[in-house]
Amino acid sequence: MEQLSAWFTQLLADNSIFTARTLGYYGDGLVTTVQLVFLSLVIGLVIAVPLSIARGSKRKWIKMPIFFFTYVFRGTPLLIQLYIIYYGVVFIDGIQESWLWVILEEPFYPALIAFTLNTVAYTTEIFHGAIKATSKGEIEAARAYGMSKSLMMRRIILPSAFRRALPAYGNEVIFMLHASAIASVVTIMDLTGAARLVYARFYAPFDAFLFVAALYLCLTFAILYLFRYLEKRMLVHLRPQS
Amino acid sequence: MIDLQGYGPRLLEGALVTIELALLSLVVAIILGLLTASAKMSRSWLLHKIGTLYTTIIRGVPDLVLMLLLFFGGQIGINMITDWLYDRFDIDIFINVNEFAAGVITIGLIFGAYMAETFRGAFMAVDNGQIEAGRAYGMSERLMFRRIRFPQMMRHALPGLSNNWMVLLKTTALVSIIGLTDMVRVAAEASKATHEPFTFLIPVAIIYLLIASVSEWIFARLQKRYNVGFGEADEWNN
Repeated sequence: MEQLSAWFTQLLADNSIFTARTLGYYGDGLVTTVQLVFLSLVIGLVIAVPLSIARGSKRKWIKMPIFFFTYVFRGTPLLIQLYIIYYGVVFIDGIQESWLWVILEEPFYPALIAFTLNTVAYTTEIFHGAIKATSKGEIEAARAYGMSKSLMMRRIILPSAFRRALPAYGNEVIFMLHASAIASVVTIMDLTGAARLVYARFYAPFDAFLFVAALYLCLTFAILYLFRYLEKRMLVHLRPQS
Repeated sequence: MIDLQGYGPRLLEGALVTIELALLSLVVAIILGLLTASAKMSRSWLLHKIGTLYTTIIRGVPDLVLMLLLFFGGQIGINMITDWLYDRFDIDIFINVNEFAAGVITIGLIFGAYMAETFRGAFMAVDNGQIEAGRAYGMSERLMFRRIRFPQMMRHALPGLSNNWMVLLKTTALVSIIGLTDMVRVAAEASKATHEPFTFLIPVAIIYLLIASVSEWIFARLQKRYNVGFGEADEWNN
C-alpha cells in the first residue's frame, strides 16, 4: 500500500503532460464531440421518423428509394461517407460563390452532414422494425374504434413503437458517440482530436489515449444509464408482474 | 467505364488487404469471443470479473481510440517489456510490430468483446436437457462441446455473428487512418492527388456493399444449415 501511494505521488510529481493547457484541449474537444453527436442525433431523429413511416408504405416508389438509401448508408463505412462529403462538397458547381460556402468551409458542417445521414439510415430501420412489430390486436382495436389512419398512427402505433425502439435506439446513440471519433480525421478538434494533439506533442501514447478512453467510457455510461432510466419509466407495462 | 488514372491495380491490392484483414480479425475475434464467453460463464469469480472488465471497457470506448492506443502504444509497451526482460533475465529479444498484424490483433481484440456477448447469450439458449442427455450418454466435456453445445449454440449465435461481421467489415476502414494501405487509404490518397474524390471513393463504397451483400448470402445459407431439424419443430408448435 505504501509502495502504491509512493508510486502515485511520484507519478503526480512527474506529471508534465496534464497541465491546464492540455486539459483545456480536452475540454474543448469534449464540447465539440457532444455538440456534434447531439446535433446529428436530434436532426437525424426528426428526419428518421417520417422516413420510417414511409419505409413501410405499400407503394413501391415511396418504399424503394428509402430502402436504397438505408442500404447504402448502413452498408458502407462512415469514414467513406465522411470523405465523400468532406472532399466532394467543393465540387458542387458554384458552391464556393454561394452563401453556403461560409458554413461548409469549416470541416464541422460536412462532418455533421455525414453523421446525420448515417444516423438517419440506422434510426429509420430501427423505427421501421418497431412499427412493423406492432401487434395486430392493437391495430384492429383502433380500427374498430373508427380511427382514421393518421389518428391511428399518432395515438396507437407510434407511441408503442417508440417504446419498443428505445433499447435499440440507445445502442445507436452510443454507436454515434463512438463513431464521432473519426471526426478527428478531417481536422476537427473533438475529444479524439485533442488526444492525438497531446500524443503528437509529448509522444506519450498511454497518457493521451488512456485519458480520452476514460472520458469516452464515462460518456458511454452516462448514456447507458439515461436510457436504462427511460426504459424503466416507459416500459413499465412490459415488466413481469410479481 | 470510369478512368481510375492508373490507380486501378493499387485499389485492387487495397481491396485484398481489406478482405484479408477482415477475415483474419474475424478469426481472432471468434476465438477471443469463445474464450471470453466461457470465462464469463465459468464458476471462477476471477475469470468472470476479468471477462466482464474486458467486454465493458472495450465496448465503452470508440474503436478508433483503441486503435490509436494499441498502434502507437503497442510498440512502446512491447519495448518496455523486452527491456525489462533484458534487465532482469538477460533475455535479448526484439519484436518489431508489423502494421498488418497489429491491425488484425487490434480489430480482433475489439470484436472479441462483442462476440463474447453474442456467444454467451447463444450458449445459455441451448436447452439444458440436451446437455444432460449428452452427459447421460457418457460423453466427455470436449465431445459434448463439439457435438451438442457448439452446433446448437451456432443456431442462436448466427444472427448476432452476422451483425458483428458487418460492423467489423466497416471498422477495417479505420486502419487507413493509422497507416495501413487498405482500399480506403488508396482512394483517399488518389482523390487528394487527382482532385476527383468521387471517381475513387464511390467504387470503394460499392466494393464494401458487394462484400456485405455476398456475406449476407453466405450467412443466410449458414443459417439454413444450422436450422436443419428446427423448421419442422416450429411448424408443429404453431
